[in-house]
Amino acid sequence: MELLERFARGDVEAFETLFRQYQGDVFGWIVRMVRDRAAAEDLTVETFWRIWRSRARFDPDREFGGWARRVASNVAVDYLKTDRREVALERDWPARAAAGPEIGQAIREAFGRLPARLRAVATLALIEERPYGEIADALGISLAAVKARAFRAARLLRTRLEKMGVRP
Amino acid sequence: MSGDELRRALPPVGETELTRDLWPAMLCRMEERRVRLTWLDGALAAVAMVWLAVFPETIGVLLYQL
Repeated sequence: MELLERFARGDVEAFETLFRQYQGDVFGWIVRMVRDRAAAEDLTVETFWRIWRSRARFDPDREFGGWARRVASNVAVDYLKTDRREVALERDWPARAAAGPEIGQAIREAFGRLPARLRAVATLALIEERPYGEIADALGISLAAVKARAFRAARLLRTRLEKMGVRP
Repeated sequence: MSGDELRRALPPVGETELTRDLWPAMLCRMEERRVRLTWLDGALAAVAMVWLAVFPETIGVLLYQL
């Protein structure tokens, strides 16, 4: 029996094989979205937990990696809804924040207050510079929706920075 | 605001390699969920306690069955 069929029938060994094969990709995607390695590890496990629970609904003819990435995106967006800070990157990669200290801090604060769905797209599109098509697939939205969210995020960020007295 | 300004304040993550195997953590998660009692288990236990409190004479029957 094929690996994906065995997984869908609840075979733990098949799940372990898939886990080991895709954990790196899922982690890499999540860490780009949440920008916190420790949180990304927890969220990777949460992603695979959701995948395991919904295995019976998985169609073995579908591509597992794409499905896993979509589940991972939902998990990351749920996390961003509860986490409105933007400090993790400096904690993990302290030498890389290169903007002026005040403007940089204002941008990070304003960015951290963006709605989770806009923040997710803005992070992937504007910071990580991932292709729009890849973002659309992972979030399960259209290409036009990705562009619209990236535009709205940038506009909202500009408006909030102006209210804070910062003119980027 | 330009993308460059944003990336200066919030640099791309860069290194996205996973540095440890998460399968042991996954196994713990699966095991933890397997032993956790569901709300239905709790509700059935509560109903049984109430039943035994209202009809204490059934305790003997229950013990006989066990």
